[in-house]
Amino acid sequence: MEANYGYCDASGDYFIVINTDDCDGCNRCVEVCPQSVLALVVDDYEETVAAVGEAFRKKLKESCAACKPVGKRLLPPCIESCAMNAISHSW
Amino acid sequence: MLTMGIDIGSRSTQCVILEDGQLLTYGNIETGPNSTENSRAAVEAAIHRRDELWGEYRMQLPNTDTSHLRIEDMAYIVATGYGRVVVPFANANITEISCHARGAHWFVPGVSTILDMGGQDCKGIRVNERGEVTKFIMNDKCAGGTGRFMEIIAAIIQLPLPEIGPISLESTKKIPFNTICAVFAKSEAVALMKDGASKADILAGLHEAISARVLALLKRVGIEEKFVITGGIAKNVGVVRKVEDKLGGLKATIPAEPQIAGALGAALFALDRARKKAAENTSRTICSAPGKEAAPDQGLIP
Repeated sequence: MEANYGYCDASGDYFIVINTDDCDGCNRCVEVCPQSVLALVVDDYEETVAAVGEAFRKKLKESCAACKPVGKRLLPPCIESCAMNAISHSW
Repeated sequence: MLTMGIDIGSRSTQCVILEDGQLLTYGNIETGPNSTENSRAAVEAAIHRRDELWGEYRMQLPNTDTSHLRIEDMAYIVATGYGRVVVPFANANITEISCHARGAHWFVPGVSTILDMGGQDCKGIRVNERGEVTKFIMNDKCAGGTGRFMEIIAAIIQLPLPEIGPISLESTKKIPFNTICAVFAKSEAVALMKDGASKADILAGLHEAISARVLALLKRVGIEEKFVITGGIAKNVGVVRKVEDKLGGLKATIPAEPQIAGALGAALFALDRARKKAAENTSRTICSAPGKEAAPDQGLIP
């Protein structure tokens, strides 16, 4: 399942996309996220996968701002940490 | 076997009761402030088939008396919707994304894309041939393209909610709206009314803006046949036509009762889980039967 967590408003689209078929629930992205945006959940098909916490789904633009590519860092830590390439950002 | 699904949305609450997977009865009420009372009221509305709030029943129901049914009679109850965690008598809760997909798949087998326009959110869902979610997107940060937006506009135009769809089809002049923000679109509509614009043209302009908004969301998950619209706005023929126009001839299928898709999906998940539970209980009974334990020794008998 390609889960799009986030929102779109007048300033643009802000979605974290998690491919739950690829996610193996290793918890690495949860550990590296400095804002605790990501968490492991049991989805409706009873699989343990990463998801964006309810509290962050309407403020991703602000919550993820500090991790956005700048200088020598090319990728946010969540994307970089994922061995399965299951995470992407829409902005 | 009776199973129940309850969908507590931001604006309306539905309860669906199935008997062995067949629709037995359902109810649709306005969401109240107290979630516990609200969920019980939805059950009451379903068993007594109350229709005073949301118009007549659009689906044929079996001619059986359901007024004696109690919550305790249900083999399994699944709650969904944003209020799903506060249904005190539910056995489990499942997200509305999966439930809407399941419900839409029941109404329209072979559905691929679902647009759910609810009271205060808008969802795009892609499903596989089994009705399982493969992609989803939800926007509940903006009121543009929600049922609440329609309610506000209907109040400004001073027309009952069910009439704004058909009336918008009578539009003869295009009025482009500069915004889809519910607050500013309201001011814009008031200004246009003062200038003497017709209600039909204003409504058509708003429906145009809403459909553009929801399609931008839907494009993120991709649109393929069969395409189904659920949620209260599916009852607004004006929005449905505008969405279809933008899709270049792709027709939208509207379930007979688009608002109950979530609760229906929940009741179907409840049926799965009730059957699983029953099967587990049966196998446990067989394993603990006294004759079974003696079985390995039988080989020693000459």
